[in-house]
Amino acid sequence: MGALSIRNVRKSFGTVDILKGIDIEVEEGEFLILVGPSGCGKSTLLSMIAGLDVPTAGSIHIGERDVTHELPKDRDIAMVFQSYALYPNMNVAQNISFALEMRKVPKAERAAAVQRVATMLQIEHLLDRKPGQLSGGQRQRVAMGRALARNPKLFLFDEPLSNLDAKLRVEMRAEIKLLHQRTRTTTVYVTHDQVEAMTLGDRIAVMRDGVVQQFGTPDDIYTRPATRFVAEFIGSPAMNMLSVDAASVGAEALTVQGTSIALSPEQQAALRRQPAAGLVIGLRPERVQLGDRGVAGRLTLLEPTGPDTYAFVDTPLGSLVSRVAGTVTQRVGDVVNLNWDARDLHLFDTATEARIG
Amino acid sequence: MIRDRRSTTLWHRFAIWSVLLLFAAFFLLPLYVMVATSLKDMAEVRDGNLLSLPGSLNFAAWHKAWSQACTGTDCGGLQPFFWNSTLMVVPAVLISTALGAVNGYVFSKWKFAYSELMFGMMLFGAFMPLQVVLLPMSQVLGWFNLADSIWGLVIVHVLVGLATTTLFFRNYYVSLPDELVRAAMLDGAGFWRIFWRIVLPLSAPILVVTLIWQFTQIWNDFLFGVVFSAGDAKPITVGLNNMANTSSSVKEYNVDMAAAMIAALPTLAIYVLAGKHFVRGLTAGAVKG
Repeated sequence: MGALSIRNVRKSFGTVDILKGIDIEVEEGEFLILVGPSGCGKSTLLSMIAGLDVPTAGSIHIGERDVTHELPKDRDIAMVFQSYALYPNMNVAQNISFALEMRKVPKAERAAAVQRVATMLQIEHLLDRKPGQLSGGQRQRVAMGRALARNPKLFLFDEPLSNLDAKLRVEMRAEIKLLHQRTRTTTVYVTHDQVEAMTLGDRIAVMRDGVVQQFGTPDDIYTRPATRFVAEFIGSPAMNMLSVDAASVGAEALTVQGTSIALSPEQQAALRRQPAAGLVIGLRPERVQLGDRGVAGRLTLLEPTGPDTYAFVDTPLGSLVSRVAGTVTQRVGDVVNLNWDARDLHLFDTATEARIG
Repeated sequence: MIRDRRSTTLWHRFAIWSVLLLFAAFFLLPLYVMVATSLKDMAEVRDGNLLSLPGSLNFAAWHKAWSQACTGTDCGGLQPFFWNSTLMVVPAVLISTALGAVNGYVFSKWKFAYSELMFGMMLFGAFMPLQVVLLPMSQVLGWFNLADSIWGLVIVHVLVGLATTTLFFRNYYVSLPDELVRAAMLDGAGFWRIFWRIVLPLSAPILVVTLIWQFTQIWNDFLFGVVFSAGDAKPITVGLNNMANTSSSVKEYNVDMAAAMIAALPTLAIYVLAGKHFVRGLTAGAVKG
């Protein structure tokens, strides 16, 4: 049994289904990411794990215990909120020790816990300040300190970095990961940012419309996206997508707009097992090579990012993006050729959007 | 061009200041007349110039209004009525403010089924003409044997004021982030602990507003005072009225004015001392933290 299990959890408000049966198992010490666009139900799910909301059906277990209907304070969890929710009337030390005080921990122990946490987060010099006197990054640290002070079984993070500027966000992201490596506390982290999801997560649940689209390691999710939605949601620039109708599916190749696209033997086998009415082909931009063989097209746009350049090419197949390392020698308007390895193609069923191969 | 603009702004300034000063003088005039008359003796009053300054600072009228003036056959001045009002206003303000704070906390942070509807119905209380409650209220006071007593008046003012105090606190607490309450719940605090330790310490601006508001309303109330009190329990507004209406051979305007000033001083003092906080509290929005 895992540290946290979510079993067939449903939530409806009136006739609107927010969560449509969520099943997630998290092992002790794992860092779970709930990621998805706004409105996918990830924050509602987190509220239920925290005990701030009750599922319409299903159950939530922390360790061996069914906590579905337990009060937040009895669940042995700590949470970092998006707005930090520091108590404005208390100083940093009081904020950090409030939970311990509520649990009747003796004063000496509380002081020791504050000291331990403050040292860990390097906020010792801030202990006497009020939250109003802190910068965004400092507030973020205090909010984490408040969660850490109690040594909870489970850490919950609700989009904790979304109020920070870009540079600070990257710094705090690394810090959260370091902290987790050090404490090994089971963590559930909600975000809509795919980079946070990929960099922090041991496992990721990609959600959409109240359904988990895929639950797996970052590598799984990136290299074998289970649905078309996951494929397009994770990765930047987004995966190239090409539509193919059923008539154009051959034994060894597909035809898109008169151009034949080769398939690997595994893909051919998968297609024979699961014949689909229509297909969508996905291709990661970094797997598309800009060269002198392959599909011809005209270069319409170049976006240099520094380490890479994104090249947008108009081909008979449609517009394709290639992510090229370094700079590109060709100019906008030049005719270029794109090629790729057949094994890098992802095939999705048009109707169900599920992965075929 | 630049010169023109400067002269127009100067002219504008002048016009604005003149109008403001004029209005200030207009509104201050009654106060001036009251203070000036209260410091005159009857000979000066009879001289007839309402606006003339008193010849000397003569506090005899104030002294008489406080401890000797007659209301009906009783000649003890306003003093007993002043203490009645004080005994009534202190508990009534504190209780109605405390209950309003808890109500507002529930209506904003602990919503339950139909709580919005309940709050909406409570709002009627804030905007209802008070005459409506006179008959049922006297019935209730009669049942509880509290008619004609100071405690009866306290209860009336608490009940009537509750709608407004609830409205004040509820609207203020709506702007406190819900996440604060959630964070405190996760930290292990319950309903009352969250109120005492987090919500109430953040309520200073609205507390000041509500305390001033309730104090003014209750101290200045005449309607409930005249309907629900008798004998020794009358508040100062009723005492003042009775004193001014007690006919004797001479109408002592200086004593009446001094009495009116005494009746108005507590609310004036509160505004002068806490007025800054009052305005600040009315405009206070979300707490940043």
